Amino acid sequence: MNAWPLLGVAVVVAGFALRFNPVLVVIVAGVVSGVASGMGIGDLLALLGTSFTSNRVLLLFTLTLPVIGLLERHGLRERARMWIAGFRKLSLTRLLVAYLALRQVLSMFGLIDIAGHAQTVRPLIAPMSESAAERNAVLDERARLRVRALAAATENVGRFFGEDVFLAFGAVLLIQRFFENEGIHLEPFAIALWALPTAIAAFVIQALLIVRFERSLRRSDATSVQDPLPSAAGDRERPPA
Amino acid sequence: MIRVEHIYWLIGAFLLVAAVMDLRVRRWSAAAFWAVLSLPFLFGDAILAAAHEGVRWPAQAMGIGLIALGVLAARGKLRASDDSAEASAERHAGAARLGNRLFVPALAIPIVTVALVLSAPHLGWRSMALFDPAQATLISLGAACFLALLLALRMTRASFAQGLGEGRRLLDALGWAALLPMVLATLGSVFASTGVGDAIAAIVGALIPADDRLACLLAFALGMVVFTVIMGNAFAAFPVMMAGVGLPLLVLRHHADPAVLGAIGMLTGYCGTLLTPMAANFNIVPAVLLELPDQYGVIRAQWPTALILLAVNVTLMWVLVFR
Repeated sequence: MNAWPLLGVAVVVAGFALRFNPVLVVIVAGVVSGVASGMGIGDLLALLGTSFTSNRVLLLFTLTLPVIGLLERHGLRERARMWIAGFRKLSLTRLLVAYLALRQVLSMFGLIDIAGHAQTVRPLIAPMSESAAERNAVLDERARLRVRALAAATENVGRFFGEDVFLAFGAVLLIQRFFENEGIHLEPFAIALWALPTAIAAFVIQALLIVRFERSLRRSDATSVQDPLPSAAGDRERPPA
Repeated sequence: MIRVEHIYWLIGAFLLVAAVMDLRVRRWSAAAFWAVLSLPFLFGDAILAAAHEGVRWPAQAMGIGLIALGVLAARGKLRASDDSAEASAERHAGAARLGNRLFVPALAIPIVTVALVLSAPHLGWRSMALFDPAQATLISLGAACFLALLLALRMTRASFAQGLGEGRRLLDALGWAALLPMVLATLGSVFASTGVGDAIAAIVGALIPADDRLACLLAFALGMVVFTVIMGNAFAAFPVMMAGVGLPLLVLRHHADPAVLGAIGMLTGYCGTLLTPMAANFNIVPAVLLELPDQYGVIRAQWPTALILLAVNVTLMWVLVFR
């Protein structure tokens, strides 16, 4: 066995860890592992060229860009934000679970960048989560920060475990191309389908953790705050309008 | 019959239009980047056919083109221009005027794709199928994007050129990130041809009992997580772990189902993404955006989900891949 081509793996690990441009890191890693395996320059260039060309299906998603760009120009993101802002009256658990579900479904439909930390979490979900949590408990500074972090975590879980169900998403086609290069033909459809069980599990786990978080928030509130502010207590006992 | 090459030509044409648009506003490196990238789409068939016949110069030229793309990407001047107040007002007006109809063309892409995939075997004229049956999913997706664009143009009353211009704006905003999955898949093929996969498989085989399929599965799952944590990217971990452990040990030796192993294996890597500061976009940037004093605050909030989901994924693979 020739172990020298493993240098290519070392280049990927070091290059990503040192934050060089990922595309350049990956190409250099390919060149290094080719040279280390004793390949000639002519063979190596031909290998890079044919591999790159046969993996071109991975840019298929660019065909969605004119549609999405045009819709964004006419307010797609603004509309999505208005829609999410409609959740304003929900409790913390319901707000975050509703956002989680919405985020997963949007990702599954390929609308991966319609929401995000900058687009929806900072302007909407984080402040709405804080005010929803305050409706049922008095928040100290530490709890307030944990509510915000939970909103960001919910965004990540919803995004990651929805997008793999979308056919044109890079992960699905990357998996398909990998096996195709090895002579195993898979339908992108089948791969996307097998991402569903994990997507459902991710939803259930994150939703349960959100429920548990809100419970612990109320409990620590009941034990640590003996004498809540009269106005806050009054707010809590007032029946909903 | 529509073949997948026709869809590739469409992509190549779009990339070329983007290059010309960048050229007109004097964004030279962006223009060069998209122009070089359009080559495998416009001439891909010819390159692969020539290589098959033993004529290697087109493929070698493409190899040089790929290295040029890497250099252009590292120069990193592919960022889009900033937003203007005027454009923002226009977007808000559009959101108010079009309302939820804005979602229709976007949702039409996946819905039409699935409808076309399911009806493709019945579409055609006499014995000629409309879509090449070997690539029906990809052709359906391409066709769905085209139909959705027509729908969006009709709804917004924009011109075709405006649609392409908006597409170019997003392409420039993505920049080199758009290319990352494609170069990682290329790296996967290079690793397979240069024996990297065999070398990793030999090492893993020496460390764990390769006859034990549970040990192989655990090595694969934990390897995906560890490589993802180090590199901050599950896509980068995938070719390494699949070429080294997944394919030789699990698929070829223990007859694991490749579709299940690929899909859930990638999602196992995503559990690693939730745990690592290397995935700065998702884990560190939001901590800054939300003004958390602890830069690991988001990771602290999501590690329980990541670990529980990791256990669920391993269990799912154990139950599903060896059926």
